[in-house]
Amino acid sequence: MTTTPKAANADARWSIAAKEIVSGGAFRAFLSVLLGFVVGALFMVGSNEEFLKALSYFTARPTDALAAGWGAIADGYAALFRGSIYNYNADNLVAALRPITETLRFAAPLIAAGLGVALAFRVGLFNIGASGQILFGALAATAVSTRVELPWGIHLVVAAVTAIIASAAYGALVGFLKARTGAHEVIVTIMLNYIAAGLLTFAFRQESLLRETGGGGTPKSDAPAETAQLPLLLGDSYMLHAGIVLALVAVVIYWWLMERSTIGYRFRMVGHNADAARTAGINVELTFVAAMAVSGAFVGLAAINQALGARAGLTPDIDGSIGFDAITVALLGSSTAPGVLLAGLLFGAFKAGAPSMQVIGLSPEVTGVVQGFIVLFIAAPPLIRAIFRLPAPQKTTVVADWWARLTRKKAAK
Amino acid sequence: MSTVAASTQFQSAEAPRTFKSTIVMGVFALVVFVAFGVFGKPEDVTFQWSKPDDVIHIPDFVVGSSLVGLAIGAILILIAAIVAVNASRRRRNPQWISLIFGFFAIIALLAWLAAGNAVPFAFILGNAIVLAVPIALGAMGGIMSERVGVVNIAIEGQLLTGAFLAAVVGSLTDSLLLGLVAAMVGAALLSMVLAAFAIKYLVDQIIVGVVLNVLVLGITNFLYSQWLANDGERSNFPGTFDITPIPLLSDIPIIGPALFENRLTTYLAFIIIPVLWFFLFKTKLGLRARAVGEHPLAADTVGINVARTRFWWVTLGGVVAGLGGAALTIGSVGAFGRGMSGGQGFIALAVVILGRWHPFYAAAAALLFGFSIILRVWANQVSPGIPTDFITMVPYLVTLIAVVGFVGRVRAPAADGQPYIKG
Amino acid sequence: MKLELRGITKRFGTLVANDNINLVVKPGEIHSLLGENGAGKSTLMNVLYGLYAADGGEILLDDVVQNFKGPGDAMAAGIGMVHQHFMLIPVFTVAENVVLGNEPTSALGVLNLDEARKRVREISDRFGFDIDPDALVEDLPVGSQQRVEIIKALARNAKVLVLDEPTAVLTPQETDELMGIMRDLAKAGTSIVFITHKLREVQAVADRITVIRLGAVVGEAKPTDSAGSLATLMVGREVDLNVHKNKVSLGSSGLRVSGLTVVGDRHTKVVDDVSFDVRGGEILAIAGVQGNGQTELAEALVGLRTPSAGSIHLGELDITHSSVREVIDAGVGYIPEDRKKDGLVGDFTVAENFMLNKSYAPPFAKGISIDFANRDRLSDELISDFDVRTPGRETLAKQLSGGNQQKVVVARELSRDLNLLIASQPTRGVDVGSIEFIHEQIVATRDAGKPVVIISTELDEVTALADRIAVMYRGRIIGIVDGKESREKLGKMMAGVAV
Repeated sequence: MTTTPKAANADARWSIAAKEIVSGGAFRAFLSVLLGFVVGALFMVGSNEEFLKALSYFTARPTDALAAGWGAIADGYAALFRGSIYNYNADNLVAALRPITETLRFAAPLIAAGLGVALAFRVGLFNIGASGQILFGALAATAVSTRVELPWGIHLVVAAVTAIIASAAYGALVGFLKARTGAHEVIVTIMLNYIAAGLLTFAFRQESLLRETGGGGTPKSDAPAETAQLPLLLGDSYMLHAGIVLALVAVVIYWWLMERSTIGYRFRMVGHNADAARTAGINVELTFVAAMAVSGAFVGLAAINQALGARAGLTPDIDGSIGFDAITVALLGSSTAPGVLLAGLLFGAFKAGAPSMQVIGLSPEVTGVVQGFIVLFIAAPPLIRAIFRLPAPQKTTVVADWWARLTRKKAAK
Repeated sequence: MSTVAASTQFQSAEAPRTFKSTIVMGVFALVVFVAFGVFGKPEDVTFQWSKPDDVIHIPDFVVGSSLVGLAIGAILILIAAIVAVNASRRRRNPQWISLIFGFFAIIALLAWLAAGNAVPFAFILGNAIVLAVPIALGAMGGIMSERVGVVNIAIEGQLLTGAFLAAVVGSLTDSLLLGLVAAMVGAALLSMVLAAFAIKYLVDQIIVGVVLNVLVLGITNFLYSQWLANDGERSNFPGTFDITPIPLLSDIPIIGPALFENRLTTYLAFIIIPVLWFFLFKTKLGLRARAVGEHPLAADTVGINVARTRFWWVTLGGVVAGLGGAALTIGSVGAFGRGMSGGQGFIALAVVILGRWHPFYAAAAALLFGFSIILRVWANQVSPGIPTDFITMVPYLVTLIAVVGFVGRVRAPAADGQPYIKG
Repeated sequence: MKLELRGITKRFGTLVANDNINLVVKPGEIHSLLGENGAGKSTLMNVLYGLYAADGGEILLDDVVQNFKGPGDAMAAGIGMVHQHFMLIPVFTVAENVVLGNEPTSALGVLNLDEARKRVREISDRFGFDIDPDALVEDLPVGSQQRVEIIKALARNAKVLVLDEPTAVLTPQETDELMGIMRDLAKAGTSIVFITHKLREVQAVADRITVIRLGAVVGEAKPTDSAGSLATLMVGREVDLNVHKNKVSLGSSGLRVSGLTVVGDRHTKVVDDVSFDVRGGEILAIAGVQGNGQTELAEALVGLRTPSAGSIHLGELDITHSSVREVIDAGVGYIPEDRKKDGLVGDFTVAENFMLNKSYAPPFAKGISIDFANRDRLSDELISDFDVRTPGRETLAKQLSGGNQQKVVVARELSRDLNLLIASQPTRGVDVGSIEFIHEQIVATRDAGKPVVIISTELDEVTALADRIAVMYRGRIIGIVDGKESREKLGKMMAGVAV
């Protein structure tokens, strides 16, 4: 505890602060990401044919193997960079900048769904149901975007709001079932994921419902009407659409809700100690329902992204792996607004980089490995501390105090 | 503070009547009676109890589809009524009532689907069992882990690990048995990671489980696309265990072929389920394991090593789940496919709860899912117009209803999911 | 068996829980370990029992140095322990609990439950316990559960029996019976370590007394020493636990409870037709042994449980079916018995904990956003007014000591405009200094003309604070008597004898 007298010199405070930062979550997240890339590199090397060939005569000419190994890593991550940030091999600037816009496009639903999962986390709920909530929201959005005719602008808003309401309702159902019956939300959400998938497939298969006009037996819908599509942000040369704007707005709303508002305060209270919250007059059951509804609403933004950001007909796998990636995004981002934003961008980059890795003959699935190891390291703080010999979490609040002084200066007046 | 509440101390009050089961069963019964009976299909349905080459042949049973719906609907309504009477007298309904209910409901569904066609009973039952094996073994692994107080969400990852290693090691070594061993060892190692994180580092067990699933999915996807997809001939072509009929037993009519004409993996499941039950409830080790899952501190104070007990039960649970994974490849289709566990590990998780942490009930619940998978396939063949997406949803819906409807009466091990922190 | 502890030291981080403790217990002796809450008694016994590894010192049994790696070793060496919180598995039978860890088996590790039942019956008969080996522990009353614990220790041939605060859950009569059992055991050669902070019990049963304070032995005492000198030794200064109350003229009816019935989780009437009223300027104490429905009564009063019959009025206001929030808004302050579970959010800062039940309105909220400036200012005020020892308002509540955590709860509740204060076990697990402070605050609330209900299992606390005492037994109020009623009569009432 800080028994430091006021006269303590600034050096000591700086070193305490440094210790706090090094032992803190953000620094650990950074190291986890680093370590994840290292492990990913090992997988690239291990599966590289040249390296394996060179390994067979390793004792004779070790440099060959090392060069091949290094080459595999460099090629792999260079391809990832070209695919997700800046393509320095491109013919023109428009093409060179396309990767970063792709990263943003892929990151948008991850950020939105990640916020949803993160919010539930902080209320002590494990929302594995993002996938189902996306499907349900997308189902509703598609019904509006393909079966309703409305003028430009209004059509999009109506479709988007429908999606958010549908996703939020599907999330609230989880909260309701948990609050009413005590059923564990993990099981409930898993089951609801399958049920949503079944409903959506059914709707996409029935001609009378949402099946593609003139389509066959495979479940597929029409493309969203042009009036209901999320507008492109950077003209026709890029596929980036307004989804990322929604995601960024969501980040700000999430931050304010969880850190500054009394609603978020009560959400967190229930998450930390539901008994104490109940004793303090909080309706814990209602909070579960409300929190899952808000969580679902954030996830609904991801549904909008998938359903209204598309330019072609949808298939039952429109959620991709977003539902589950959202969990890892929330974990990596430690359920804070800036954390989720950064984690979403990182995983968005992984998705964006896939095609260019494919081109050089490297399975883009390697990013799945990197992703898996990152969250493994994130999940086990003691492991990372042991690997990097970091100090244990500090009980001092030097950084927090500085931060409080910075952010609340205005309020304190 | 934590003294155990003693009910004998107080005047007893009337327990409230709960009609949840009655309502759920009543709705199902009416659906069967009305949809399959009153508005059912008039065509005949043929129940084929035996295959043509069976030693003891039981003649086919031909009956009108809607008649079956009416008859079974009536039986189900009767069962619901019995349940209602029990509930109004505040008597507990035994678990087997829902099993019987489920059995009849499935027969009615079969008769409806196969109107104007035949129900190959042995075929369906046999396939349901084979398909239920990975789920059941995954659930057994889950039970072993949760009974000592460690929630295992990583069953999915363990199935996938088992499936992958069984196929790859089985191919490369050309020995299915080695593949089987590799599957068990691999999944056990995964369990050890879960156990170490949960027990030593006190990381939230659900988070570790989810993370391990992500990790295994990432690794197997990568290895599959980078390696197996190009080198399938050598690395992903293990074949399957032979189907070995057990003499005499496989000649029993109806159930004989379904139960006793199977592969090694299925037989192992038949052995593991009762053995696990016996160990959990009849032996010293089982008593200790349950004590650790209920009240770890109390177990510690009588000299039981909580961490070690948890570690080994979770690890052995991994062995069993790995076996379930092997059943997906070398016990069934004979090759590994990308993400081939396809959520069966999550189903197993539900089966653990549905089966009330009890090996036999969990096995029955797993069979329900086995049925649903084979029904979907078979229903597409016999009556193509049926919206199979709904049949797909039924078991999930049943699980959901069961979990939310009856969970109040089911008690999980008291310390399930809670780390044991020693002073 | 002779037990000797030499120089036992145990640290938790920077806190020294046991500092170089020496203790000798002779064979067949009842040796009392006396100390206030947090003095380190339980830590010492957990070291002895192998649950904690000591940082220094050694344990000797019959002059042989022992090296316990876990409770298993300690038990094998002949040490048995009856823990303050019972170490029984509720869903197991008595027999299963008794043999757990030491199971009789036939071939292949198959349990032999017949043998287990036999063991239970043998010991049960020898000491005149009436325990059915096949009963589920969760169905047994607390007193019987304690006997199961004793059987458990004796079934392992314990030669040294440690009893950790064993009377906390017993009626005075049951306490007497337990003391009889202790004497019988001692006569039969068992050495007994009796841990307690209750002077009366020490004087009644101990052969010798060792007093510890702040983790260190501060002296030995004889059971014939006066209670005053024992208390002084235990606390380290003169203590005056007599609370000074001013004469207050009683106000109008504050809280009126009539015919209140609450059905518990297991369909029993845990509160059974309870009626009483409390007027402004009066403290009504609900006395009784733990687990007789007091907790549920308190929870019903604040809206945490729904009564199945009866009514609760606060002044003219009917709050029988009000939600917790409505009750709070009606001006009811509530100090729950388990602060860690119900009173605080350990992972919240002290400041955040001050606004736990005040997040809906000013001064802590401004619309739906938190008013940080006001919150910080008020938090600092409360910290100094209620003498909360904390590095600052941004410190997490879980990092404070038990006494300071309780002060946070008390500060939060008393800083509101109250019409009623309900305090459940307000000083449980709290050091003497904080006890005095909290008692003063409670009395000050009464003196300000507010009605106060305290619920306590500590007879000393009840008699010190109460103007009137209601005794609860099996969910019913056995009687309501004057605050100066004799302990003997209160003891009888706590055992269910209406007087």
